[in-house]
Amino acid sequence: MTELKAKTDFSIKGFKEGLLITLGHEDWDEVQIQLLSQIEEKSKFFSGAKVAVEIGERVLHAAEMAGLRDALSDRGVKLFAVLSNSQVTDVNAESLGLKTRKSVLKENTSGFGPAALDGKPAILLQKTIRSGTSIKYAGNVIVDGDVNPGAEILTTGSIFIWGKLRGSVHAGVEGSESETICAMEFDPINLRIANISLKGNKLFRKLKRKPVRITIANSKLAIDYWENRK
Amino acid sequence: MAAKIITITSGKGGVGKTTATANITVALAQLGQRVVCIDSDIGLRNLDVVLGLENRIVYDMVDVIEGRCRIRQAMIKDKRFEGLFLIPAAQTRDKSAVSPSDMIQLCNEIRKETDWILIDSPAGIERGFKNAIAPAEEVLVITNPDVSAVRDADRIIGIIESEEKGPARLIINRINPEMVKRGEMLAAEDVMELLAIELIGIIPEDEKVLISTNIGKPVVTHEKSIAGQAFRNIARRLLGDDIPLIDIELKDGIFHRISRVFNFGGE
Repeated sequence: MTELKAKTDFSIKGFKEGLLITLGHEDWDEVQIQLLSQIEEKSKFFSGAKVAVEIGERVLHAAEMAGLRDALSDRGVKLFAVLSNSQVTDVNAESLGLKTRKSVLKENTSGFGPAALDGKPAILLQKTIRSGTSIKYAGNVIVDGDVNPGAEILTTGSIFIWGKLRGSVHAGVEGSESETICAMEFDPINLRIANISLKGNKLFRKLKRKPVRITIANSKLAIDYWENRK
Repeated sequence: MAAKIITITSGKGGVGKTTATANITVALAQLGQRVVCIDSDIGLRNLDVVLGLENRIVYDMVDVIEGRCRIRQAMIKDKRFEGLFLIPAAQTRDKSAVSPSDMIQLCNEIRKETDWILIDSPAGIERGFKNAIAPAEEVLVITNPDVSAVRDADRIIGIIESEEKGPARLIINRINPEMVKRGEMLAAEDVMELLAIELIGIIPEDEKVLISTNIGKPVVTHEKSIAGQAFRNIARRLLGDDIPLIDIELKDGIFHRISRVFNFGGE
């Protein structure tokens, strides 16, 4: 969890569903100006973010919320929830299709902690990774779906795709040559492990659309088809 | 009952958003539905031309939003079809004249008085597109069977998913069965395989579409047009009818490959 305390009176935290911004008690126009300028300053960090705002006892009208939502939307930020202690505000939020405290922040109480094994962290993405999507992750990425042309995945670790790889992938972006890339069907626009690219490699043109695992062996990319393993 | 709000979008320009909006609107009206179509392409309005209502415009959407008229005054009644209204875009303004909240409010105002609201989206993924999908309950993505249109459709579908408007449904427009047969055009199943969303209709290439667009009389009014039939089928599928794609296939002896992937009601 990253917490960045601004000069102004609000805080920003990461939580499961996006970013949680707790706003201060000043005049609403003032708070909004401060928030928007903060977002503009850190536009890279906020770009594409989903945001919930915590407003405490403050009562917000639908028009004020809609205004905030439009202003955020113009800056590439999606407002999806307004958390407040006021029932009036909750009703207003719901009328705009925003989530409220009731529908967000359900704590995980299952009792399952982190695995006791010495594994590496990974994220599981159960969807098609579509054109225009860029996934940058410090760790390993597992995709249960296709990676379409125009999509890219960059990881410090390995990439596993239970589907068709047709976009661009780069494993081991920090130089680790022990990473692998696996896919069920293989037709990438570009592929790279550490600093070695498949572009220009003769094997690249001969790639079969079959389940494959790609590793680095002797400073070259090695292509290992699943069907040859038997 | 409140109207169902549907936005028709594509990413790429020129794939047939406006033509599809006009034809589905008219097809729904012909089925006895009350329909309001909204042209959200502020500055580049077209839907009025395709519907042949261009010379009836007095007020437009921006006039409503900026309070210069009531919404009723901007709704142009199409005298040929009972229950069909158009809210035109402003031609002399740009996308920044409207916000996503304005669109939501506009739709909420007319929701009770109609069965369907169809929104014609501008091309691109910027403000105009965001405005168009803000009020939508369902999004129809239209594409052509070519690589660049499909790539843009993929991007759009991704954005719709992240805005939690999904799952979008797909219209493949301007399929030319002869070219598909010769392997010169992507087949519908190639498009489906990449985009991986539900198909709601395939519109075959039909020169009557262009002719009817130019005279402001949507092709769906031609009883014999094959594209018109395809649009009528989409309208009926929106109403929940189970219409197989076989209709078109039988008439012209085409789409044998498509019928395999396109299995309505058989899931």
